[in-house]
Amino acid sequence: MLKKKTMINTDYVMPKDNYGKNIWKFLANEMKPKGKFLTPFNIISIPIMILGLVLIVIRFWKGIGSITNLTQEVPWGLWIGFDVVTGVAFAGGAYVITFIVYILNVKKYHSIVRVTVLNGFLAYVFYAGALLLDLGRPWNVVNPIIGNGFGTSSVLFLVAWHFLLYMFAQLIEFSPAVAEWLGAKRAHKILSGMTIAAVIFGITLSTLHQSGLGALYLMAKDKIHPLWYSEFIPILFFVSSIFAGLSLVILEGSISQKVFFTQISDKNHKSHSSIVVGLAKICGVTMFVYFFLQVIVIVHGQHWNLLNTPMGYWYLTEMFGFVLFPMLLFIYSYRRNSSLVAMIAAVIAMLGVIINRLNVTVIGYRWDAVTHYYPSWMEIVVTLAVIFTEIWIFRWVINRMPVLRESPSWAKNNK
Amino acid sequence: MILNRRNFLQVLGITGITLAVGKKSIAEPTDNTKIDFYGILIDSTRCVGCQSCEYACAEVNSLPEPTESINPDVIRKTNENRRTVVNAYNTSKGEYYVKTQCMHCNEAACASACLTQAMHKTTKGPVIWRSNKCMGCRYCMISCPFDIPKFEYHSANPKIQKCDMCFNSIEEGKLPACAEACPAEAIVFGTRRELIKEARKRIFENPDEYYDHIYGEHEAGGTGVLYLSPVPFNELGFNTTIQKSSYPELSKGFLYSVPTIFVLWPAILIGIKEATKNNHAKEEDND
Repeated sequence: MLKKKTMINTDYVMPKDNYGKNIWKFLANEMKPKGKFLTPFNIISIPIMILGLVLIVIRFWKGIGSITNLTQEVPWGLWIGFDVVTGVAFAGGAYVITFIVYILNVKKYHSIVRVTVLNGFLAYVFYAGALLLDLGRPWNVVNPIIGNGFGTSSVLFLVAWHFLLYMFAQLIEFSPAVAEWLGAKRAHKILSGMTIAAVIFGITLSTLHQSGLGALYLMAKDKIHPLWYSEFIPILFFVSSIFAGLSLVILEGSISQKVFFTQISDKNHKSHSSIVVGLAKICGVTMFVYFFLQVIVIVHGQHWNLLNTPMGYWYLTEMFGFVLFPMLLFIYSYRRNSSLVAMIAAVIAMLGVIINRLNVTVIGYRWDAVTHYYPSWMEIVVTLAVIFTEIWIFRWVINRMPVLRESPSWAKNNK
Repeated sequence: MILNRRNFLQVLGITGITLAVGKKSIAEPTDNTKIDFYGILIDSTRCVGCQSCEYACAEVNSLPEPTESINPDVIRKTNENRRTVVNAYNTSKGEYYVKTQCMHCNEAACASACLTQAMHKTTKGPVIWRSNKCMGCRYCMISCPFDIPKFEYHSANPKIQKCDMCFNSIEEGKLPACAEACPAEAIVFGTRRELIKEARKRIFENPDEYYDHIYGEHEAGGTGVLYLSPVPFNELGFNTTIQKSSYPELSKGFLYSVPTIFVLWPAILIGIKEATKNNHAKEEDND
């Protein structure tokens, strides 16, 4: 009797993968690299990642000032302005796509849900993780979570909690793919059942922290150039995160089509173009809304005289060259059914979002200071190292889990 | 919309989370009218520019002794090695001196920005920094309209340096070091209400000597440190365009909308999901 019981238990303790191997052996095997090692991407990324690691060691040993150009006047530079504020905007694709597929029930985009959620999850882990590098006292990072000071009046408190909760929500949304990879049928069933709740929770969190990242700068009223400061920053950040995220989905999808060609089924290859054009339409419409909001903000702010200054020209470049122009390209691509034009538009729109976020956080921040902040080469290397590490993990997951490729047949009926 | 057990539990779960999580984001209510904060009155007409306060401040806070003397051509700022500095300005009435340090705002932007309450407005008035809570995010520096909190960029265990009005001394019933050290009685410590009265009295009794304004009475929603000046304050390097309402006010609107969105969004999303359910079925038929 006792023996029988033990046997039943082992079945649970050691879940079997599809091939019936021991789970640890299976994992150890999966850790090994797959495919060619000396690809151009690896040759470029490996030295940068190693250099980045060295710089990170120096940073923790000698202080943040040893590798960054941050000053007492400009305490947040590239690592916050680009890695966190811009990176999270690009991760917005996950909440938009899950909204379209699970809430609006538009099934057409179902094939890109997993890759988008994976992308979003990794972006949060890495870019919010990059925040740890920027924290002077990172060992205290758990304080707002464990309650060694609930700073409830702080926008940053809200953003920190939301980052954490949203990472869990995204992990739950993605977890069925992990379960399929491990062959954990029972876990797959439970986790799949949690998807909708995670999606609804995730969209709510995203709405608040995408806008929250903008709200962080509301108190820096006297420090940000008036063309970029307004009480509407949170709304502008939220709306732009929609097309920022979708533009990244378009770009990433087009690259994945080539890089991971063998993993994608014929059906999904064929639908790719129609997905891209569909997303281009959504981008075009949201960019129109965004442009319209920007016009209202400038009319409301009455800063006409500032337009005829160098910063004003830069503002107009952003609005016309990187918002209106890609918006027209998106609409054109939709009319002409051209995924190539959509991709070009996506790249320009992404540049526009980078420019906008940097204008608020770095370029327009203390624009009138005598000495300007420019990121040091070391800050840029660390940023690139973070991005490359994320792409490495992304590739590792895609090559192992059913993200782009079809789920195993057992998983499809397991609902 | 048919509400089955599963949906009901989902709604219930999300509402529960909402009520639990959504509550956190309500901005701190402060009723300033009831509390009488301690403050400091700095009278520029009396300051002689001896830098005694700088030396006393450095000694009390174990910071390096000041090395630079005062020069009207060089405006010094506080930094991670000095919590207070005295600058000279050539004004329309001649050379005058002004001491700079934390303003100890009634509704401090830095304290409301701090996500761990490491930066803290004490009930006595001083805004203090607590090392065991701070994670070094420097959001206090972003939000402070006076650019006061300073960060030790070249330390592996960095601290935020700023004037804390010698909070520990105040607790023991003693004066802040700078007020104690000032030989010219240009720095007066007391409750904010007393200090405003005293400042008004000085302006009233010597209308020719003083510019008729108390800097800090209303600036940034009122500050714990108050200034008197012989000339308009912009001549002494003060930011006179600073807003009169408090800085935390700027993000209050956003923070107040958070619970609303947390309650409304899940409900709306579930509603839309149910409304579009048939979409899904139709498209599946087409497949």
